[in-house]
Amino acid sequence: MSGKEGTGGFRKRKHDNFPHGNRREENDNCNSSSAVILSFKSFQLELDTKHDKYERLVKLSRDITIESKRTIFFLHRITSAPNGEEILMESETKLDFVRQKIKQVAQELMGEDMYQFHRAISPGLQEYVEAVSFQYFIKTRSLISIEEINKQLIFAEDNKEEETKVLSSDSHNKQPHIWSLKVTPVDYLLGVADLTGELMRMCINSVGNGDIDTPFELSQFLRQIYDGFSYIGNTGPYEVSKKLYTLKQSLAKVENACYTLKVRGSEIPKHMLADVFSTKTEIIDQEDGLS
Amino acid sequence: MSVSEMFITLQGVLTADQDIREEIRKVVQTLEQTAREILTVLQGVHQGSGFQDIPKKCQKAREHFATVRTQLASLKVKFPVDQYYRFHEHWRFVLQRLVFLAAFVVYLETENLVTREAVTEILGIEAERERGFHLDIEDYLSGVLTLASELSRLAVNSVTAGDYSRPLRISAFINELDSGFRLLNLKNDSLRKRYDGLKYDVKKIEEVVYDLSIRGLNKEATTGAGGEK
Repeated sequence: MSGKEGTGGFRKRKHDNFPHGNRREENDNCNSSSAVILSFKSFQLELDTKHDKYERLVKLSRDITIESKRTIFFLHRITSAPNGEEILMESETKLDFVRQKIKQVAQELMGEDMYQFHRAISPGLQEYVEAVSFQYFIKTRSLISIEEINKQLIFAEDNKEEETKVLSSDSHNKQPHIWSLKVTPVDYLLGVADLTGELMRMCINSVGNGDIDTPFELSQFLRQIYDGFSYIGNTGPYEVSKKLYTLKQSLAKVENACYTLKVRGSEIPKHMLADVFSTKTEIIDQEDGLS
Repeated sequence: MSVSEMFITLQGVLTADQDIREEIRKVVQTLEQTAREILTVLQGVHQGSGFQDIPKKCQKAREHFATVRTQLASLKVKFPVDQYYRFHEHWRFVLQRLVFLAAFVVYLETENLVTREAVTEILGIEAERERGFHLDIEDYLSGVLTLASELSRLAVNSVTAGDYSRPLRISAFINELDSGFRLLNLKNDSLRKRYDGLKYDVKKIEEVVYDLSIRGLNKEATTGAGGEK
């Protein structure tokens, strides 16, 4: 039997227009119910399910990234705006929106091995860490801990329409569910490393607004984070050590800013500080381009 | 918690993670060693004289798989059960190789494609993710693809050894595999790359069958094989 099948398959491939059409179909039919084909059909189903889930997660991750970026931009306005409280409140609603997306991620990952799909969601989570830690810093002037972040990512069920859509029907009806997502230590570290870039921008912005205290606070905070990263050094994964370089640059910028403020601050009238500083940052930018 | 305290905790987590990876690497090394031994045993079938004692070689390979089972059992306890995919990369390669070896043994014995469940049984692991250390479907498929290229080589060598019926059977087998893989929608990843090589194996075997056909060597072989079955 196997020999006959072999010549059949052989003919099929080599001469697709071969006149013995009927016989070929016969062979195909007997092929399509064979054990191998049947198992490959189930593989097809399994692979497709997995890829679909992955794609959905990638999309969610992109949404999370975009929304988090917007929140960060929004938070930067706080340096120039008089209504700080309002901005903080609105950023909270924005972050709540992001968390809704993360909830969907958690629902997708329900019962799965999170690390299987980690590559799909990691960029979004890092951006979220960046946004949420930035907001936390503005509020409390300290670094949010990973436990604090994870605490906010525990979702209980509430009776909104959208969940019924996301959820498969049977598991939904039984009892209130709790979904949670844990940010991995590495995602957290990478997010915090990105945060330092935002803090550097915030420092420069606040100088531009004649705020002289914030830069010093920021430089101290950044130094703490830099010390932390140096402590981890190369025990962490490769991406972390890569960020260390950028972190060093951000820190140098902030420290230079503070230096300028200290040296010239006493000489120059406050309303002119911004001008002095903007020329100074240009020089730093050029240096960066060279290195 | 101060910033430095936080980083100290994180550093602890990262170090623990590295320790786990180190442990896994050690076990994987022994697994690779065993896999190489099995491969050496099975490579004997390509020798002209090797065709007679295929059952004996399979028997010997199966004995080695007992070692594999104990080694995999020790790998299982090196990391938390629910973090399989976190460390997957470490044993992915060797697991694919073991799937290939198991599939090769099963093919030599029965001339059938090993099922995923059968592989997990031979390796002493679970078939489904929920139940512990399991075999990822992509790893299984990769192993099967390696089998295909090994069989195309076997077809050539069996002709050299004077066995004219085997290439026909291999051809049927690989064609079935090929139509199986055609059913899959593969993403642009490593599995897809391996799959792209399958057509060359198919082509190679078809050439062998063609060579046999135009020399009339397949006639007696076909009837012989038909009678055998």
